[in-house]
Amino acid sequence: MDHERKTMEKKDTIAAIASAKSSAGIGIVRISGEDALSVIDKVYRSTSKKKVLSKEPTHTIHYGFIYDGEECVDEVMVLLMLAPNSYTKENTVEIDCHGGMLVTKKVLETVLKAGARIAEPGEFTKRAFLNGRIDLSEAEAVMDVINSESEAALQASMKQLQGSVSKKISEMRDSLIYEIAFIESALDDPEHISLDGYPEKLSKVVNKELANANYLIHTFDNGKIIREGIHVAILGKPNVGKSSLLNKLLGEDKAIVTDIAGTTRDVIEQYVNYNGVGIIFADTAGIRETGDKVEQIGVDLATKKAEEADLILYVIDASKHLEKEDLQIIDILKNKRAIVLLNKNDLDTVVTVSEINELLKDASFEYSVLETSMTEEFGLEDLQDEILHLFHTGQITNNEEVTITNERHKEALTEARDSLLLVQKSIEDNMPEDFFSIDLMNAYTSLGRIIGASVEDDLVREIFTKFCLGK
Amino acid sequence: MSELKKTYTEKVDVCVVGAGHAGCEAALACARLGLETVIFTVSVESIALMPCNPNVGGSSKGHLVRELDALGGEMGKNIDKTFIQSKMLNVSKGPAVHSLRAQADKQNYTREMRRTLENQEHLTIKQGEVCNIFAEEGEDGKKYVTGVQIATGGVYECKAIVLCTGTYLNARCLCGENITHTGPNGLMAATHLSESLEKIGVELRRFKTGTPARMDGRTLDYSKMEEQFGDKKVVPFSFSTNPDDVQIDQVSCWLTYTNEKTHEIIRNNLDRSPIYAGVIEGTGPRYCPSIEDKVVKFADKDRHQIFIEPEGLYTNEMYVGGMSSSLPEDVQLKMYRTVPGLEHCKIVRNAYAIEYDCIDANQLYATLEFKKINGLFAGGQFNGSSGYEEAAAQGLVAGINAAMHILGKEPLVIDRSEGYIGVLIDDLVTKESFEPYRMMTSRSEYRLLLRQDNADLRLRKKGYEVGLITKEQYDHVLLKEQQIKEEVDRLQHTMIGANKTVQDFLTSKESAPLKTACSLAELMCRPELSYEMLSEIDPDRPVLSEEVIDQVNINVKYDGYIKRQIKQVEQFKKIENKKIPKDIDYEKVNSLRIEARQKLEKYRPVNVGQASRISGVSPADISVLLIYLEQVYYAKEKKNG
Repeated sequence: MDHERKTMEKKDTIAAIASAKSSAGIGIVRISGEDALSVIDKVYRSTSKKKVLSKEPTHTIHYGFIYDGEECVDEVMVLLMLAPNSYTKENTVEIDCHGGMLVTKKVLETVLKAGARIAEPGEFTKRAFLNGRIDLSEAEAVMDVINSESEAALQASMKQLQGSVSKKISEMRDSLIYEIAFIESALDDPEHISLDGYPEKLSKVVNKELANANYLIHTFDNGKIIREGIHVAILGKPNVGKSSLLNKLLGEDKAIVTDIAGTTRDVIEQYVNYNGVGIIFADTAGIRETGDKVEQIGVDLATKKAEEADLILYVIDASKHLEKEDLQIIDILKNKRAIVLLNKNDLDTVVTVSEINELLKDASFEYSVLETSMTEEFGLEDLQDEILHLFHTGQITNNEEVTITNERHKEALTEARDSLLLVQKSIEDNMPEDFFSIDLMNAYTSLGRIIGASVEDDLVREIFTKFCLGK
Repeated sequence: MSELKKTYTEKVDVCVVGAGHAGCEAALACARLGLETVIFTVSVESIALMPCNPNVGGSSKGHLVRELDALGGEMGKNIDKTFIQSKMLNVSKGPAVHSLRAQADKQNYTREMRRTLENQEHLTIKQGEVCNIFAEEGEDGKKYVTGVQIATGGVYECKAIVLCTGTYLNARCLCGENITHTGPNGLMAATHLSESLEKIGVELRRFKTGTPARMDGRTLDYSKMEEQFGDKKVVPFSFSTNPDDVQIDQVSCWLTYTNEKTHEIIRNNLDRSPIYAGVIEGTGPRYCPSIEDKVVKFADKDRHQIFIEPEGLYTNEMYVGGMSSSLPEDVQLKMYRTVPGLEHCKIVRNAYAIEYDCIDANQLYATLEFKKINGLFAGGQFNGSSGYEEAAAQGLVAGINAAMHILGKEPLVIDRSEGYIGVLIDDLVTKESFEPYRMMTSRSEYRLLLRQDNADLRLRKKGYEVGLITKEQYDHVLLKEQQIKEEVDRLQHTMIGANKTVQDFLTSKESAPLKTACSLAELMCRPELSYEMLSEIDPDRPVLSEEVIDQVNINVKYDGYIKRQIKQVEQFKKIENKKIPKDIDYEKVNSLRIEARQKLEKYRPVNVGQASRISGVSPADISVLLIYLEQVYYAKEKKNG
């Protein structure tokens, strides 16, 4: 029986990031499996470049560097734990990286390139369990933990499910299952449901979901995780007090300021943390008039930024009458959540809150109006409170920019994309409609794996998804 | 009727209750496997009766008949002997949805099946209403069937019983306000058995179904309808039928349509339709049994298809397909007479709805044996299905498994990846249904593999193992399989150069010329080319039968799709092969949600795949169950060293 089990279990070498994502300092990449040593040999170089880790004794620690080809990825400490004296009872290598999350991910990628496979969630524990590292009572204890926590864990994962990625994935799945159901019902009831012209229609849907999948895969590759937070764009004409507003917002004692290069050269993004809520402010160049024309470049940039933003701060100089640029800005705000800041300076106020309300009474977006003064520093706290209130009441979320942070999700998305490409090919090849559903269903199932809606996987894989990665 | 006095006793192996399409298959299977079998019917004249549509097969149902034939059933052979028109449906679509349908001569169908039963060794036909099913507690505390009793008091002791009561149990026919306590077609209902079944622990429920009117064919004007011909070249249903024997003179069917006038009459009289009022809820949009339902559900459609089909060669009666109804006869007359060609129609038999006792099949294992009563099997409409083909398929499986039960052999279970029969039975025993279950193409996940053309390749082996398929028949399939494989292999490895002959050939077929050499198989994948066409540039090919060539074409042309579907099946099998121990105590599986626990307790699935298909059991519950099973499995393994 034991022999059977061994042949049944894959003995390939797995790797994953074993440290929590939030912790800033050291990131740990763990490798486990027969080839763990040959994998580390491929990527590790000591200072002298002479040390070969597979020749080193167990339970030793080594200083050195991780190399991706000729490129040095990070300065690291490497721990060796040889079978059977490791958590998994397999050869295990741990790499302590120092360069933060992005670099840790890069180290993992290098390790994967060297022959390891990305670990499934809980796979280290799965191996520990199956290799007898955890005995029956311990296993039961672990199971009890899982069991007792499953309610809470379920809720936690539900929260994640309602989160950005899952929402997006669910939308994609909904759109696919609708098409699958349509094809099926047309096959069942050709008298009442016609497939005339359907391939063209399906092609559009598939293209859209292909774009979605590609986008999500792209976000993973870009490592956008660091930029998670509420995106707030500041719009307004030049010299209405945008810059001073930003400075005041960033000048708070408790705010941590980091510069992150934005996606466009002309926009600088500033990261702030208010009471644990990450906020990324994007200051736009300002929409200005050149001659009689509103400068198109400024509008384009502002529009782009506004599109990406979860919330828009629209700053108005209360001492000047509204002009046509303001109408231009209001147009940009369409379908967005906005806070209109009526910024007063020393000069006489000519724009009032009621005038703004009158102007925006037919607006297609939700907004609130706040009066501020940068010089007298009032209204700033109200603004911060308003942003936090909007966030906590769910009126704005940091989910607009959906990012994939999990290798497994990326793999599933890539599979889904490949299946969708096959659907496209079937459409191009003029295949009968019933052929579409095979690959549509594959795409649907692959996406389902991300949100745990597909039950089809290996027993052990299923079991241990309830564990957190690495432990 | 437990107080019925025992008047005489006979000893047999198997009792089959009911001689409809399920009962006939069950009885034949048992008798052919050498077991002494009695088949009971309330009327010998109604053996294999077709009380509704005069045809066999159709979309996805045709698959069932082909599969049943591959396993050694009778329906395919019987329709091949008695059809009067045949058609392969959906030929414009992919091979997965091609489906055979044949119009039957109803009387002839009944007569031929009866003859087959009468001449079957080990099989006795007995006219009589079964009133009691006897079951006793065995030494192990489980219930075992012991016999049946008919209304005259005769007792038939047996080791297994197959219930195929169709629509006869406590049947009630409804035509508007007119209600009669009869079975289909005015036949006697079985009114005593339900009580006895409940007594031994069978839970019953009530389903309804319906049938349209039969017209006097002389009163119809066919010039107003579109003539529907059979196929020029008929494909037989049975793999054992010689294709030459089915190239007969065929009769025509006729197509006409309802119109706004028809719909208006129906809408105005909905309140007089006993089946309609309040019943729409729970019936899916894809399944529309009555014209009332169609008019209401597809309110935007200004017409519905009506097929006028002959009931046989020796009768004038015509079946009005697509217009079943339970409206009163006066409304029926008005309604039918609005349809072009039916203006002066005379109704021979009115449309009616029928209500009957049946079971929720979740009381059964996939072997179609009752979970709580050993030796009691069930098939057909009694299990909550609808349709002759669905009934026959279940009857065959129930019969085979009754025999396997007695013979102490492995039961026959076909899974969802092996056949539509598997899908049908799995759906019936694991999924909740609130209406008669009808086979539909969409119910099968792996239909590209489950084609009607390869049912023999898929299932002959099982039929042979069970003992209903002869060595000769099985060898034929093995040879076919080998020839297909060799030829596909040859096509994949025979390279064709871009020489002038080839390029000229391609140009003549409006196919793009080759840039580099490629295999014959690659050329065959081009939509405009086929195996047959390539003979010009493939002169050395072996001589193969048409059935082999068909398979070669499909296997090469759809190779990529077939491979991907096979992958899907592999995924499916992984979880399907995770057995759940029979004695599992779901109370001990801690984190199951209450609903999931109740459902699992009720259905007691035999494997995790089946568990995952029970409605109300979520993927999260399955994970919890898998953890539990791993724990138990691991514990046992550890103990056993």
